[in-house]
Amino acid sequence: MTAAAHTNDHAGGAHDAAHVRIVVGYGFWLFLLSDFVLFSCFFATYAVLRDATAGGPGESHLFDLTTVAEETACLLLSSFTSGLATLAAGQKSQLWFQVAMAATGLLGAGFLGLEISEFARFIGMGAGPQRSAFLSAFFSLVGCHGLHITCGLLWLGTMMAQVLAKGFRADIQRRILCFTLFWHALDIVWVGIFTVVYLTGVGP
Amino acid sequence: MTETLAPEPLGDRAPGDERPDRGGILPGLRGYLVGLALAAGLTVVSFYVARSGLIYAPAIPAALTALAVGQMGVHLVFFLHLTTGPDNLNNALALAFGVFIVALVIGGSVWIMYEMNAHMQPMAHMAQ
Repeated sequence: MTAAAHTNDHAGGAHDAAHVRIVVGYGFWLFLLSDFVLFSCFFATYAVLRDATAGGPGESHLFDLTTVAEETACLLLSSFTSGLATLAAGQKSQLWFQVAMAATGLLGAGFLGLEISEFARFIGMGAGPQRSAFLSAFFSLVGCHGLHITCGLLWLGTMMAQVLAKGFRADIQRRILCFTLFWHALDIVWVGIFTVVYLTGVGP
Repeated sequence: MTETLAPEPLGDRAPGDERPDRGGILPGLRGYLVGLALAAGLTVVSFYVARSGLIYAPAIPAALTALAVGQMGVHLVFFLHLTTGPDNLNNALALAFGVFIVALVIGGSVWIMYEMNAHMQPMAHMAQ
């Protein structure tokens, strides 16, 4: 390590920063893949318990595809705007970075609001997580994704404040890279959720 | 992290980073717009296929699965900038391993539980 660091001193700091960016990004990519494995356990649980309604309400009685379509639109657009934030960070444009991140945050908050109102509607109908194995699996899977979105929103606010206070330093740029990877990954998980849970559940 | 590390930049690219020669704002913006249009189109088709009688009903789950896998691919290529190039080999290999584990967990669970249910005594029969 000392020898490598010594060589890098001759190459200059720019190469060092590029190297660290690859290592940090790759490490975070491995974390995201392990997060996909976590979600796959919840998906498997849902797939085997989806018919275990214990006489309670089933999928086609509960799900409202209009809400799901709105949630999907919010999350897809927020994934797009977080990509725009990456472009703005690459150009070191404070204004456009903050605008794109604020749009991402508002769309993410819109998604979360729709999801919370959906959960509240189910619980109000007596279809809470205690009602049946199907509903336990539903709230675990969709709730786990919603919890990730909540953490992502906290991280998003932190990144906006850090860029405002510290500018586009190399370490801040790495955190922006990890945040956008995280946000895009959550949209990929949502594609699985709206397909497996909602669209397959409701039927024609 | 040993002495054998070459002083030249690694032949790798961080996941999510674009190719340096396509790093400009306009090619980058075009990539995100194409990704958004493709993902939105696949989403609309998914919702339409699920609700309409366009596709033979027993084939709908398979069609939805294919559309979802396609959309995940669009996200990986246009939003996460994953390529099959040599600078993305480590990222793609890690993803392939992740997909392998996910397929084992989901496919194995569904298969085992389906077989178990198929070989169970009917519940109504046991209750008597």
